[in-house]
Amino acid sequence: MSEKKKKSFEQDITGDGINSIKKVVETHNAASDGAIKYVLIGVCVVFLFVMLVLPLAVVAVNALKEGWAAYREAVSDEYTIKAFKLTLIAMVTATVVNTIFGIFASYLLSKFYFRGRELLASLIDIPLSISPVIAGLVFILTFGNIGWMGDFLKSHDIKIVFAVPGVILATIFVTFPFVFREIFPVMNAQGKEEEEAASLMGAGGFTIFLRITFPHMKWALLYGVILCAARAMGEFGAVSVISGHLRGKTNTLPLHVEILYNEFNTTAAFAVSSILVLLALLILAARNIVEWKAETKQKQT
Amino acid sequence: MYVEMRHINKTFDGFRASDDVNFGIERGQLAALLGPSGSGKTTILRMIAGLDKPDSGDILIDETRVNDLPGSKRGIGFVFQNYALFRYMTVEENIAFGLKVQKKSRQEITYRVEELLELISMKDLGRRYPHQLSGGQRQRVAFARALAPSPQLLLLDEPFAAIDAKVRRELRTWLKDMIDRVKITSIFVTHDQEEAMEVAGTIILTNQGRIEQIGTPEEICKNPKTEFVADFIDVKLGTGHF
Repeated sequence: MSEKKKKSFEQDITGDGINSIKKVVETHNAASDGAIKYVLIGVCVVFLFVMLVLPLAVVAVNALKEGWAAYREAVSDEYTIKAFKLTLIAMVTATVVNTIFGIFASYLLSKFYFRGRELLASLIDIPLSISPVIAGLVFILTFGNIGWMGDFLKSHDIKIVFAVPGVILATIFVTFPFVFREIFPVMNAQGKEEEEAASLMGAGGFTIFLRITFPHMKWALLYGVILCAARAMGEFGAVSVISGHLRGKTNTLPLHVEILYNEFNTTAAFAVSSILVLLALLILAARNIVEWKAETKQKQT
Repeated sequence: MYVEMRHINKTFDGFRASDDVNFGIERGQLAALLGPSGSGKTTILRMIAGLDKPDSGDILIDETRVNDLPGSKRGIGFVFQNYALFRYMTVEENIAFGLKVQKKSRQEITYRVEELLELISMKDLGRRYPHQLSGGQRQRVAFARALAPSPQLLLLDEPFAAIDAKVRRELRTWLKDMIDRVKITSIFVTHDQEEAMEVAGTIILTNQGRIEQIGTPEEICKNPKTEFVADFIDVKLGTGHF
């Protein structure tokens, strides 16, 4: 691959990221910009209030509308707990699988050059651009009764569609670019010379990964894992198609919310939603801590 | 001959990086692979190190064919263009890495690291991390790290390219002295004709994947065998170095 092509490929993949926000904030100066600044701040605040704060407040208010007891009842309902467990299972499995996959893929794409490298990198991004509903449908067509592998799965008594494996598969599919996207730019920027140096000194593949590659990417990895978990937790579209909405069996929390809402059980729907909101806030907090840690670390090195 | 390349050919994606490359270097020599960028000099170095494999031909080190031997078993030390120091390890840990991998005793490692830190005059900087060092210091660490496992052959890829012009001259002399002191057969890659003339005892001139001429700096200056050699040296002398 030519040098120029390689560069633009890296840029495509890397993007700019959150760090660029600092540059902008630091360059504000002229007083004449003041008016524009406040107008923009005003627009942002109004937008965020309408789009984010208000809905969150509505969730909280509605969840507690009929009092604390009703809230507790809705949250501790048998099906809610089952849905919660399934959400956790899908989230943890998807995150673990995608972390392993993400590490392998970015190691491959950043340390080796081969034909079709760009193609592979863009294939990994497909879940980001494809509608999750289509992802769910694809799995039904592949693993369902009328699907390509339907007969084979039936004869071996394996159930994927309308069962837990399907839910997990769909979650994995939707979230698999996240870890990769976070660690690939870091590993790519590191190049492969340090690895080559270590290997020339006789270090084995595992030692090289552990001592050279891993220390470099660990914050990015953690960040990717968190993003992946957050996305897995909230996944609706793909799971909705493939799960079959079997209460207590294949229902995840987001699906459970929808069912409750469609049954006009508003309070319960909002109560269950509040669990998801809480989880999201937790993840957001974790994300910020990791970001802050990674930054202080970066300043040191 | 200590290092020998026999009829080496190498192609990358249709690009001819080595075209029937033949040369030999005696034990104890300091040789420069000199040529314009894209002339295939780094490829030659990487093939000797085992980082790239030739498509055909034989590589011999100390009379043994090493084509199928991994780089780590060839008894070489390699200094990368940007040094490739392990950034999450201190200077000491960087130098000790190769010895640790070879499972040397702790005592032996400490002793060798001390010895090398002294050699590169960086005794007090052993606890620093690469990012806390200047370019010249980094190069010295890379040099010490490559020497730590006591290789028989030292390979350096554009060892002065990443250093600003002011310090470069100083480092050249330093490196030449060091190599003379430890008496190690060395090959370094450069595109700077003046650098090659000043440092190397033997110059191997490359162009478009082929070897144009091999000889001492004087021989090449006085007796350029091809038009390319004459041009390359003339042009560089005429315009001076960047």
